[in-house]
Amino acid sequence: MQAEERRERRGRLKVFLGYASRVGKSFRMFDEGRRRKERGQDVVIGAIQRDVTPDVRDIVSRIEVIPSLDGAINLVALFRRHPEICLIDELAHDNPPGCRNRERWQDLQELLDRGISVITAVNLQHIREHQDAVERITGKRAANSVPEEFLRSADEIEIVDAPPDTLLDRTGNSRIPDARALAELRELALLLAADVVDRQLRVYLDSHGVSARWGAQERILVCLTPRSNAAEMLRSGYRNAQRFHGALLAAYMQQDDLPAADRKRLDQHLALARELGAEVHSLAGADFVDTLLEFTAQQRVTQVFLGHTHRDQRFAFLRSPVDRLIDAAEDFDLRIFPSSLSNEESNEGPDEGEK
Amino acid sequence: MSQRGRLKIYLGYAAGVGKTYRMLEEAQALRQKDVDIVIGYFEPHGRKETIAKTEGFAVVPRRVLPYGGTAFEEMDTEAVLSRKPAVAIVDEFAHTNVPGSAREKRWQDVEVLLAAGIDVLTTMNVQHLESLNDQVWRVTGVRVRETVPDWVVDEAAEVVFVDLTPGALRNRIERGVVYAPEKAKRAMENFFAEANLTALREMAMRHTAHEVEERLANPEPAAGSRRYERVLICLTGRPASANLIRRGKRVADYLQADCLALHVCLPSEKDPEAVERHLRFARNLRIETHSMHADDVPKAITEFARSRRVTQIFMGRSLARPVWKRFSENIVQQVVRLARDMQITIVAERRR
Repeated sequence: MQAEERRERRGRLKVFLGYASRVGKSFRMFDEGRRRKERGQDVVIGAIQRDVTPDVRDIVSRIEVIPSLDGAINLVALFRRHPEICLIDELAHDNPPGCRNRERWQDLQELLDRGISVITAVNLQHIREHQDAVERITGKRAANSVPEEFLRSADEIEIVDAPPDTLLDRTGNSRIPDARALAELRELALLLAADVVDRQLRVYLDSHGVSARWGAQERILVCLTPRSNAAEMLRSGYRNAQRFHGALLAAYMQQDDLPAADRKRLDQHLALARELGAEVHSLAGADFVDTLLEFTAQQRVTQVFLGHTHRDQRFAFLRSPVDRLIDAAEDFDLRIFPSSLSNEESNEGPDEGEK
Repeated sequence: MSQRGRLKIYLGYAAGVGKTYRMLEEAQALRQKDVDIVIGYFEPHGRKETIAKTEGFAVVPRRVLPYGGTAFEEMDTEAVLSRKPAVAIVDEFAHTNVPGSAREKRWQDVEVLLAAGIDVLTTMNVQHLESLNDQVWRVTGVRVRETVPDWVVDEAAEVVFVDLTPGALRNRIERGVVYAPEKAKRAMENFFAEANLTALREMAMRHTAHEVEERLANPEPAAGSRRYERVLICLTGRPASANLIRRGKRVADYLQADCLALHVCLPSEKDPEAVERHLRFARNLRIETHSMHADDVPKAITEFARSRRVTQIFMGRSLARPVWKRFSENIVQQVVRLARDMQITIVAERRR
């Protein structure tokens, strides 16, 4: 209740995210401000960049500006003016010493806390957690940055995508990265936005009590057993997750009576899973198949990777877990991997030791 | 022969996000630079701001085709060809032409323009991509009928994502910008429900990222060098095969693997027409198809896979069997047992 109420009073944050300078995110932001003003909302501008394009200048001339004061947003004046919506260009900005906040995004927090909605714009190179990646691509690092968490706290994020050639058109500017670098930045920005949106989707579904079996993302689950060819499955899972820009999960069944050798092997598999960035889960339940099915539904898994079972020929009439999963798998693809411990002929008994 | 034209696709996730507007905005910028640009097809949908952006463009008149007592208007591809502009604006890439048109789909019309060296700007929504058809159905409950094969989009010079937040889109619908009021209300409750829009938007973002990545790297492997993976799709006449084909192809595309499809025909094949339809569907997606006759299906599949050095076999689930039959292996289980050296993916018939 209280959290809900606080959210009511808090202003709404909208962020325009671009992948490089000049994709036009400032224009989109100011253009949205213009449209809102035309619809009767109370809009002011709290910060403008120094050199703006003519189309931006044209819009800005039609909206009230609260000029910045000594290189920082004039918070006091904005509090006093208390508009419905405040447009702040250049989110990543360090305030000069002596200001109440070191960085501009903290100023924005205060505006939001006081019930002023904020629309702002930022480029990928300024998102703190992505600066290493950007530097690897462009060889440059922006001085000012914003924590990703601030971006994720936004009520709305809109990505400003533009073909790289429109950026390259205005050449003669050595600060613009080359076409390949631009494409890499663009991909990063799109995926960052997709992640933010994915989280919003999950929050929305949870808060509306919707247990959706679907998602917009591939979620790959590798089932680890001591005898499975875990390395191959995990690497393949990792590759697939990378290619699909999806999530990699690994799960194993808790077993108390595991022989020491198997325990050791399982631990090695888990270590590899963590190394590859998989989200590792330990499952407890009486029945492997039932437990797994429950877990896949809950995690909205789209692909399950599983090793071949060594079917004991004496018990061939019993249906193996693989057979049962094949019958039960309704919401995910089941990928069965060749097993490592066997070769074609001698795959009956537990034949470890023979290497 | 003239060089092939460049295709640029403005990709959105729903009607009303502003794809056409963005496309026209950029077209206006080209016109300022004296590029010879015409409208081949434009769908105004009564949206004033968008219509304003068409100012100053030459328009190639549409072709009127009578069908079932109504006059339909389609792009006059031949007229655009003879006008031969540098760039043509062609809205709604996934559109299906009225029967009696020279080509079934608008994307095929666009192919003709591109082949003649004309650059094309076009718009489409992510849900029209063939490979996402099943996923979109699961999310929205809507089976999209007008689809575009993925290879057509992959061959575009550029895919640009046009974003708008679902909240803003719903506001626009509420204000009546996108649809007439009574249609708007229905839309808001169904396809335009917030969760649907959010999921579609995420798909569009991920797909654009994928398209960007495809264009970035990975030059074709050198001649003779083997691709890392080879996917074989085992199709049948059962309806679920369409889903199986899309899924297998999607995985193959993402892994940049070769993709083959095989149908093993039993003497007792029940629905040869459906099989033929699925084989044709696979070929439309640029999958190399094979058919063979055999009595022992699992053995035939496994031997074919081995001879073609397949690394992954995609199969549909066999029909649910009565309990007493479960003691014997079905085809999937037999292939699983026979092809122990390969990965086998059993594709789910997904529910909603």
